[in-house]
Amino acid sequence: MASDELFTSGHRGCAGCGMAAAVRMVLQEAGPNTIVANATGCLEVMTTAYPETAWKIPWIHAAFENAAAVASGIDVALKKLGKREGINILAFGGDGGTYDIGFQALSGMLERGHNITYVVFDNEAYMNTGIQRCSSTPFAASTTTSPAGKFSIGKKEKKKPIASIVAAHDIAYTATATIANYRDLKKKVRKALDAEGPSFIQIFSPCPTGWRYPSELTVELSRMAVETGIFVLWELEGSDMNKIKVTYWPKERKPVEEYLKMQRRFAHLFKPEKKTDILNKIQEEVDEKWKHLEELNEMAR
Amino acid sequence: MGVKQVVKGNFATAVAAKLARVDVVPAYPITPSTLFPEQISTYIANGEMDAELLLTESEHSAMSAAIGASASGARVATATASQGLKLMSEMLFIASGMRLPIVTAVGNRALSAPINIWCDHQDTIAERDSGWLQFYAENNQNALDLMLMAFKISEDRRVLLPSMVGLDAFVLTHTMEGVDVPLQEEVDEFLPPYKPVYTLDVKNPMTFGSFGTPAHYMEFKYQQWEAMENAQKVIDEVFSEFYEKFGRKYEKVSEYRTDDADIIILTMGSMSGTARAAVDSMREKGIKVGAAKLTVFRPFPFREIKDLSRKAKVLAVADRNISFGFGGAVFAEIAGALINEKEKPMLIDFIIGLGGRDITQEDFYKIAEISKDAIDKGKVEKMVHWINLREVQ
Ligand SMILES: Cc1ncc(C[n+]2csc(CCOP(=O)(O)OP(=O)(O)O)c2C)c(N)n1
Ligand SMILES: [Mg+2]
Repeated sequence: MASDELFTSGHRGCAGCGMAAAVRMVLQEAGPNTIVANATGCLEVMTTAYPETAWKIPWIHAAFENAAAVASGIDVALKKLGKREGINILAFGGDGGTYDIGFQALSGMLERGHNITYVVFDNEAYMNTGIQRCSSTPFAASTTTSPAGKFSIGKKEKKKPIASIVAAHDIAYTATATIANYRDLKKKVRKALDAEGPSFIQIFSPCPTGWRYPSELTVELSRMAVETGIFVLWELEGSDMNKIKVTYWPKERKPVEEYLKMQRRFAHLFKPEKKTDILNKIQEEVDEKWKHLEELNEMAR
Repeated sequence: MGVKQVVKGNFATAVAAKLARVDVVPAYPITPSTLFPEQISTYIANGEMDAELLLTESEHSAMSAAIGASASGARVATATASQGLKLMSEMLFIASGMRLPIVTAVGNRALSAPINIWCDHQDTIAERDSGWLQFYAENNQNALDLMLMAFKISEDRRVLLPSMVGLDAFVLTHTMEGVDVPLQEEVDEFLPPYKPVYTLDVKNPMTFGSFGTPAHYMEFKYQQWEAMENAQKVIDEVFSEFYEKFGRKYEKVSEYRTDDADIIILTMGSMSGTARAAVDSMREKGIKVGAAKLTVFRPFPFREIKDLSRKAKVLAVADRNISFGFGGAVFAEIAGALINEKEKPMLIDFIIGLGGRDITQEDFYKIAEISKDAIDKGKVEKMVHWINLREVQ
């Protein structure tokens, strides 16, 4: 690790924490003239146990649901004090702090047009409180509040499409990224920072503890999410979803099963007997999504 | 000397924010405080005020943005009331825990349910443990002056805690009164620009709002406690500096005809004038009654309350709030403050004026009558009385 890292080693994240890797990459691109407002969640807890800190940039945490609002306050204050020029303001939230409890504050920040880049580190559950389902948790995942059982296939509902909902605010730039697609991620962070007005990046952040897989597979899982087409890498300026640009087209999409069976949160789909109907349903939805993306791509030609 | 203007209480708080040269005003509308952001927006629109008005999507976000702005080194003010203050509640504790000297005007209004837009002190009283200083205005002049002083007290390095200034819903927020509005240069002399100790600064990166483990959390809280203790002295200093500069006298507890009183009625906010008028009428009839007004509720004025308690046989507390399962909160605090005194008066609690129920001189006659009865019997038979209550069906 380079010595000028702004997110330093010594944090208390679990081995293989996808979010920690993602944060490091984001800050590498953002550089030292950056202020971060962070929501409550694993990231805040694991990096700031007083009197230590893993952050070499000015960093503030206030509460769970308000990173976007705290960042908004920083934005206007620096403007008023004549110190805004050349400073990146980032808001960091987990998926729970973004999709659910912090959604209103996020929507307000987007509507007000602050020049802030909001990054959601999406590990698909409330991890800090011990793996509870949230609106980002994918269909059929077993969590501590949507456990798989004799009468349950895990979470009944689908994952909320946060990035499209954010883009519908007609903001400057929206993108999705993974740590396995390092260059793509950095490019998107750069575009987000350079955009005039609000920007948003959803970073797929595998969590070995919550998804229950061996910690060395974090990058591989990110790659598999993309190769199976479950997680789409895309970007968009403005709000017209017909104009989204897929930044990576898997050559041949792998079956979703290959991704799902790597994680014990989906183990009940394979054991004691294979739940073919559920697996087919997940596969069909992914196929449907890509059919639509390919049509859009055709139209754009 | 300032300029006499006839203004509403809300205007007084807004003009105070302008005179204090507030940098950032994050705000969300709620009756009866909405005139505050409206007035600030008018000032900005007319070029009379150089500030950022941040119109958030909720009070929770308004206080969150206040925290972000204050941590960035800005002087920050906002206004809210009732449900808005409740929605902010989570962030109130965080603002004080992060030692940010934000000033909030609160148009004291009842809490739902049932929904009610009129005056009582439940909203701020319920935040008494939030680590904010609390001031209560009796009139619009107080509202302006206390706002100005709140910045100075909050920003003092010995304090560094946020302040709320309560002004009674409608009775003050919407009522026109003559107010002496200080000149800008006078205020500039009294209140220098905010010089924060730490800010979010890329040249000197720091972590704000870290994770406090059991090994450290208690010391953070102790320092907040100490800061509140320090505020006792700082408030006295700022009150006397204000008096010298502007000629208006403020005290944590102001007494009226208490010297030979058997009964002292303690009030907060706009009812205090009514109480003094009632005292005058009762005095004419030979009833030995006095009044006292609490202007500062946090930090709690222990010394002043102890001094006051030595003067009467009954301390009758008029509480415009109710802590269900106990009684009025001011009464409870006074009882607590006097617990170790050898000689103390009888204490009686009077719940009064909830949800905008009118408070009249007759109410204070009734309070004096019940207090007199306790003196005659030599004991308090009933601790909590509800004043001017209708028959409940
Ligand atoms: C108002 C409030 N409600 C609940 C919590 C408890 N809480 C803290 S972190 C958290 C979950 C965080 O989930 P997420 O945002 O996805 O971040 P992660 O820990 O998964 O990275 C919860 C429920 C809280 N701190 N504040
Ligand atoms: Mg999460």
